[in-house]
Amino acid sequence: MKRFAGLAIGVLALCAIVLADNALLINGAGATFPYPIYSKWFDVYHTKNPNFQFNYQSVGSGAGIKQVTEGTVDFGATDGPMNDDQLKAFQDKHNGVGILHFPTVLGADVPTYNIPGVTGALNFTPEALAGIFLGKVTKWNDPAIAGPNKGVSLPAADIIVVHRSDGSGTTYIWTDYLSKVSDEWKTKVGKGTSVNWPVGIGGKGNEGVMGSVKTTPNSIGYVELIYAEQNNIPYGTVKNSSGNFVKAELASVTAAAAGAAKEMPEDFRVSITNAPGKTVYPISSFTWLLIPQKFQDAGKRDAIKGFLMWMLSDGQGSVEALSYAKLPKEVVEKEKKAINNIQ
Amino acid sequence: MATTTTALKGAGPVTGSRSFFMKLRDGDEIARLITLIFATTVVLITAALVWELWVNSALPRQKFGLSFFVTSVWDPIMDQYGALPFIYGTMVTSAVALVIAVPLGIGAAIFLAELAPPRISDTLQFFIDLLAAVPSVIYGLLGVFIIVPLMRTMIFPALNKPFGYLPIFKGPSYGVGFMTAGIVLAIMVIPYIISVSREVLLSVPRDQREAALALGSTRWESTWKVVVPFAKTGIMGSIFLALARALGETMAVTMVIGNTPKIAASLFAPGYSIAAVIANEFTEATGDLYLQSLIALGLVLFLLTFILNGLARILIVVTTQKGSEVGG
Repeated sequence: MKRFAGLAIGVLALCAIVLADNALLINGAGATFPYPIYSKWFDVYHTKNPNFQFNYQSVGSGAGIKQVTEGTVDFGATDGPMNDDQLKAFQDKHNGVGILHFPTVLGADVPTYNIPGVTGALNFTPEALAGIFLGKVTKWNDPAIAGPNKGVSLPAADIIVVHRSDGSGTTYIWTDYLSKVSDEWKTKVGKGTSVNWPVGIGGKGNEGVMGSVKTTPNSIGYVELIYAEQNNIPYGTVKNSSGNFVKAELASVTAAAAGAAKEMPEDFRVSITNAPGKTVYPISSFTWLLIPQKFQDAGKRDAIKGFLMWMLSDGQGSVEALSYAKLPKEVVEKEKKAINNIQ
Repeated sequence: MATTTTALKGAGPVTGSRSFFMKLRDGDEIARLITLIFATTVVLITAALVWELWVNSALPRQKFGLSFFVTSVWDPIMDQYGALPFIYGTMVTSAVALVIAVPLGIGAAIFLAELAPPRISDTLQFFIDLLAAVPSVIYGLLGVFIIVPLMRTMIFPALNKPFGYLPIFKGPSYGVGFMTAGIVLAIMVIPYIISVSREVLLSVPRDQREAALALGSTRWESTWKVVVPFAKTGIMGSIFLALARALGETMAVTMVIGNTPKIAASLFAPGYSIAAVIANEFTEATGDLYLQSLIALGLVLFLLTFILNGLARILIVVTTQKGSEVGG
């Protein structure tokens, strides 16, 4: 009984501590890809500004858009920009108030493969990648693949395609790129977080795709750059719009954003796959925070504005440690101005 | 419940008719009410579940109607959805699982209940119960790292070489597919079949065995011709429990089935199951028709389980009647 009383007092004390920490709670939900950096940012920001506590649930981009539209969270996050229908749906639901996109970091997709006897990085042309994933290029020694890989002895084996089975921003970036470089892909398959794949088997998550590629000889798949880096997975280079074969690295991904920055629209909803520039890695993308234009609660509004400002300055300093590519200067400047649009 | 109340009434010291309040004071009526509420909750939850699934899948019902069940296209970009490949995958993998698990499971249960010394039986039972409690993701990993490579390098060649002319054993094999998922499911459901069947076999009265032995039958004859038929209903029950688990399994299946919404005759081809596609695509399903089509798939899975359970009950009734006729 005594022990029970002690336990009860302990629980009460814990409650008291939690209640005493009456920071303003700001809830968000969305993309899983930037979750590691977001949780780090929110944590650091909370220690610096104890009055604000950000709470982020990585439920997926689609669910993030849905929840912020329904108003169950204060902000959303997505790997693919909201389309016009979704923007309109948000406005309809919120009496004409819009929603703003704020790019936070950059990510990239890389092609990874398992060909017995091939150890070096293969060079992929856009035509080869589109052909493989459309099921038109079916053998590894097809001229589309062998052409830019002189000196590598590629087997006459069937290519086994592995794609993501779960809806994901990774797939969005991959299919967005293929839609840009192949008209056939654009009309037959299209871009989205889940698509109707012409060929291949599906793996769940980056780890599912990687697992399938690793255990299946003569297979090819795509994973996030961060995932490939952290797990020391070999991956190929991709030919960009200037004709150079570029390896995905933090610098070449940031270069893609800089390449697209000149034509950046005011609302930041831009796809930077196949962006122009000599050193650009072509399968790159922003990931965005979705912030409503108007807040009822002035406290929450100021907290979010303050956080965005910090994220664009100090926050960017810590992204590369987690293998994310940081935003180029041009984009940061533009975003700082856009913060004033939040009312 | 009716028998319980009468039994208690009979046991009670009170004679003559008792008022409602008297019964209330004794606690009988309170116990009856409370347990009744608990029992109705189960029905209410089931009804609420069906209602929610039904209401939230109105869009695909209006747009596709019954063709939802026979269309095999699943294209979120074009907003075209059909359930057929998923229904097919769910049924095929469950069937493969049962074909493997039923003989193995029942055989093991017979050994544990009838033939093994009690100490070995109890020790093994402990491990079997442990297996039943392993999370499904572990079985999925087992599938990915052991069964998938085995499938590609050994099982597929072994079956494809002699039986390759049969459509169900046609190649190529990627390692993942209906067969792999079926094997993983079989491993997962075997503990259920063994556990329940063993309990049922152990509860067969001693007289039955002794009577058979006294009539001059061997140990195996008494087991196979007397004990097993006596426990038939319970063993059937264990199989349906296994089937229910196989139909709804998500994580382990999605890791080894290949996640390709296609219908193929070959057991080595990749496929997809209802539970797997819901788990995979639900979080990123943008657009109402897409989301509601996934919910409609949930309803289909519910119906499938419902129908199969119904068939199972009919089967039990039919076979037990036949059994008693033979006995009489």
